[in-house]
Amino acid sequence: MANEFATTDDAPLTASKDKHAAEQAGQTLIEPKGDSLVGRAVTINRPAAELFAYWRDFSNLASFMENVVSIDTLDAKRSHWVVKAPAGKTVEWNAVVTDEAENSFIAWASEEGADVPNSGRIDFREAGARGTVVTATINYDPPMGVVGKVIAKLFQREPAIQARRDLRRFKQLMETGEIATAAFTQEQLDEERN
Amino acid sequence: MRALAWHGKHDVRMDTVPDPEILNPRDAIIKITSTAICGSDLHLYDNYIPTMQAGDILGHEFMGEVVETGPKSTLKKGQRVVVPFTIACGSCYHCGKHQYSACDNGLPADNQDIAQTIYGQPMSGLFGYSHMTGGYAGGQAEYVRVPFSDVGPIVIPDGVDDDKVLFLSDILPTGWQAAEYAEIEPGDTVAVWGCGPVGLFAVQSAFLMGAERVIAIDHFPKRLELARKFGAETINFEESAVYEALMEMTGGIGPDAVIDAVGLEAHGLFVDNIVDQIKASTFLGTDRTHSIRQAIIACRKGGRVSMPAVYGGFVDKFPLGAFMEKGLTLKTGQTHVQHYMPALLNAIMEEKIDTTFLISHRMDLEDAPKAYDMFKNDQNNVTKVVLKPGLGR
Ligand SMILES: NC(=O)c1ccc[n+]([C@@H]2O[C@H](COP(=O)([O-])OP(=O)(O)OC[C@H]3O[C@@H](n4cnc5c(N)ncnc54)[C@H](O)[C@@H]3O)[C@@H](O)[C@H]2O)c1
Ligand SMILES: [Zn+2]
Ligand SMILES: [Zn+2]
Repeated sequence: MANEFATTDDAPLTASKDKHAAEQAGQTLIEPKGDSLVGRAVTINRPAAELFAYWRDFSNLASFMENVVSIDTLDAKRSHWVVKAPAGKTVEWNAVVTDEAENSFIAWASEEGADVPNSGRIDFREAGARGTVVTATINYDPPMGVVGKVIAKLFQREPAIQARRDLRRFKQLMETGEIATAAFTQEQLDEERN
Repeated sequence: MRALAWHGKHDVRMDTVPDPEILNPRDAIIKITSTAICGSDLHLYDNYIPTMQAGDILGHEFMGEVVETGPKSTLKKGQRVVVPFTIACGSCYHCGKHQYSACDNGLPADNQDIAQTIYGQPMSGLFGYSHMTGGYAGGQAEYVRVPFSDVGPIVIPDGVDDDKVLFLSDILPTGWQAAEYAEIEPGDTVAVWGCGPVGLFAVQSAFLMGAERVIAIDHFPKRLELARKFGAETINFEESAVYEALMEMTGGIGPDAVIDAVGLEAHGLFVDNIVDQIKASTFLGTDRTHSIRQAIIACRKGGRVSMPAVYGGFVDKFPLGAFMEKGLTLKTGQTHVQHYMPALLNAIMEEKIDTTFLISHRMDLEDAPKAYDMFKNDQNNVTKVVLKPGLGR
């Protein structure tokens, strides 16, 4: 039986203090893939159509997603992801677009056999003079459960931290045409990006 | 190249480090011709600012010659430029509103975490000012990499001396913004705590904005003398009780606007200050705040508080009651340097503003460690040090 989930406010599910929030998101927002739910919003001073088009070409995502090693497009809906994990390891999965609406949202889920089962959606909402509000909602099952999550956090590869930083880099790239760095030499920059 | 690097409390050294390179399309490389030491640098020197790392290159007030440009830079080799200390992209929402120090994109994404945690939202990047503000190498060096060089640096016409325009990088706009934030009305009396460079430019700006009287407060006679030159009346807080003096000098009303240009290293043997100092030195984590407390208590009812002074963390005994009961307004923030630069350059060219009076010492960059020591220990005589690479050669 589905748990009772009722709120009296308008806050997003990703900010909920209720431990059933991930489950609830799995019923209403995204494919259920685990008990960790992460949400991030960023406002980008560019039109939604431009942001959607860049994101929908998944081969672009590696340009600002720090932990992505590669994303290969398999067909119109499917792509293969290789992502860095703590302790020099990588994790892989196939992602399939489960639903989408042009210039508005993309929802995805990992296929059977994923190292880290995950699902999510990215929403693009026009925000007038401020540009576009981009919201990422991610549901996942951390490898090795809670312990894995703590280790990942230590190594800064935790999806919540990554989502936050990746969205900032996406914003930088879209607004300024580059990704900010305090590096001094090309050598330092290459080190930083590896 | 040679550069001044931070290695710990009261330990800065001239190191040999790799030359900076163009890394992003909008970058430019500047060969430094003049760079100043700022009161804010003393906060680093005294180790009051967290997230410093050994080897960090300091300096956020600098100018020089463009020697290399990225494909999207609008600068040209050979141009002389002054660089704002705030690193801002020019294309985000905040930059669009000219709130450059609140730029969304000046900080590398990973560094934004620290400021987001402490302040709620990340701020713009700053040159040479800890990893919380980006970890960008500063300009107390022979060369510097300047990001977003198409929006920040201002080109200086030939024939205008470095010393006249260098302070466009920080303290002149900071003093100007401080006076603007005091929302001065004709007939106003404005009190300014601190006669360092920021306070002195605030004094000058306040008069230009129509203040009838400016009262400047410090304990260094030479600095008070400079304030007097611009027409300010002065209070030496070691000789006179500041609140009592202000109340009497304003006919029992209090100053209409108060400006705190001191910041987290307020001097003086005031009881609250000593408590703050003990807490700060035992890492109980409070910003020393005597000047802002005194300013709020002295300010007239319904008056304005402008706070260019830098605070980083939490404060104790902030007189929130006085602030509320008197209905005061507070305006503060890192300076939106890019916003003020063009008009202030004009004012300098038209000789409405003089900045060179401030410079007490010109030294070779190689002598920077000595300059820090002098600036720290002889503030009466050392009002501003300008470092020039190769001066002594
Ligand atoms: N908002 C900004 O963007 C910005 C930019 C530059 C500097 N700042 C800050 O402005 C402040 C002033 O900078 P500066 O370069 O003029 O520094 P400074 O250290 O040269 O000057 C500070 C002056 O305050 C005086 N002072 C100390 N305690 C005092 C007290 N209790 N009452 C009155 N005066 C007192 C000192 O004697 C000194 O002359 C610093 O906090 C600095 O970090 C802010
Ligand atoms: Zn400064
Ligand atoms: Zn910006």
